[in-house]
Amino acid sequence: MASKIKVKVKLKGDVAEVKSLMLHPMETGARKDPDTGATIPAHHITELTFSNNGKTVMTVHCSTAVSRDPYFSFSFSGAKAGDTLAVRWVDNTGESDTVETVLG
Amino acid sequence: MHRLALACLAVALSVTARADPEQDREAFRAYFLQRFPDVPVAEYVNGIYAIDDKARAQWQEIEAFPPYEFAVEQGEALFGQPFANGRGYADCFENGGIGVRQHFPRFDLERGEVVTLELALNLCRMDNGESPYPYESDDLIALSAYMAWTSRGETIDVKVPDDPRALAAYEDGKRFYYSKRGQLNFACSDCHVTSAGSWVRADHLSASLGHPSHFPVYRSKLGEMISLHSRFYGCIRDVRARPLDEQSEEYRNLEYFLTYMSNGLEVNGPGARK
Repeated sequence: MASKIKVKVKLKGDVAEVKSLMLHPMETGARKDPDTGATIPAHHITELTFSNNGKTVMTVHCSTAVSRDPYFSFSFSGAKAGDTLAVRWVDNTGESDTVETVLG
Repeated sequence: MHRLALACLAVALSVTARADPEQDREAFRAYFLQRFPDVPVAEYVNGIYAIDDKARAQWQEIEAFPPYEFAVEQGEALFGQPFANGRGYADCFENGGIGVRQHFPRFDLERGEVVTLELALNLCRMDNGESPYPYESDDLIALSAYMAWTSRGETIDVKVPDDPRALAAYEDGKRFYYSKRGQLNFACSDCHVTSAGSWVRADHLSASLGHPSHFPVYRSKLGEMISLHSRFYGCIRDVRARPLDEQSEEYRNLEYFLTYMSNGLEVNGPGARK
């Protein structure tokens, strides 16, 4: 299964501007199924990590407040062309997804 | 009174029946070019973003990272999956289904009705012994998104063949477009022709020219992809009329008329809209 994370990185000098989009339902656990009335169980990303050549450059602790299919953008310095940026999330059900991209 | 109304209707019908689609299209396009003289005609495929600069800036940010890419990938994977009998979607379309979006909807002379891309996909499934998708199905929309993606840059080229049934379908779509409906008593044209560019609550109304070029679209407010007919459904609900089902004859004819009006513009689907 192909990764459901998309990453785009723009290098300006040694500053990398990272944009990422991931597919995730981000269920809060508070919603009810309109047909059955049953509560839809919580299902959301808990931790999102960006690491450049193995070194963590950004960690995000997410909760239910983040909306579906999250978009996340930030910049970090000390990047150079050829570095490998890995993006990984873990959710509250233990599922995870990861993708790697080479800075260029 | 009733008879008089019928007589008027009959006169109106006989007048519109003589109309020539190509003449309609030229008048339709000329209206918008005159109304928004600063907007190049090729820009109309971008809908409201052709005429609303602030919304356009937001949209360009979104387009830097298109939210419909996932649907295109999903559609491509589905498109490549053979049916149980070994055939595939590619066998149902000319050119293997690649770059053919601009010919839809088309009038099928054998079936005697307008066939939209979504209907063609379902007909393809049924011809090959598969069950049709429900029209709100993510898979069907993803297939449509992929086929639009492969057709980007092609010129919309919908034809009304020389057949009274085709002309009748076109006229039916045109009548639907200009007919007042719902508690608010609006026709499609009231908002998207007469009042295009005006405020409607916190948004501007888009111009109808180029409307069908970019479907299916990712709606930010819904967080999902929707079909053109689902957009029709929303509009008709919003004027407080009773919406029809997706792919009903009325909506297919409306799509036929509306897409014909945009002939000559580029296919740029799938799109992103707020």
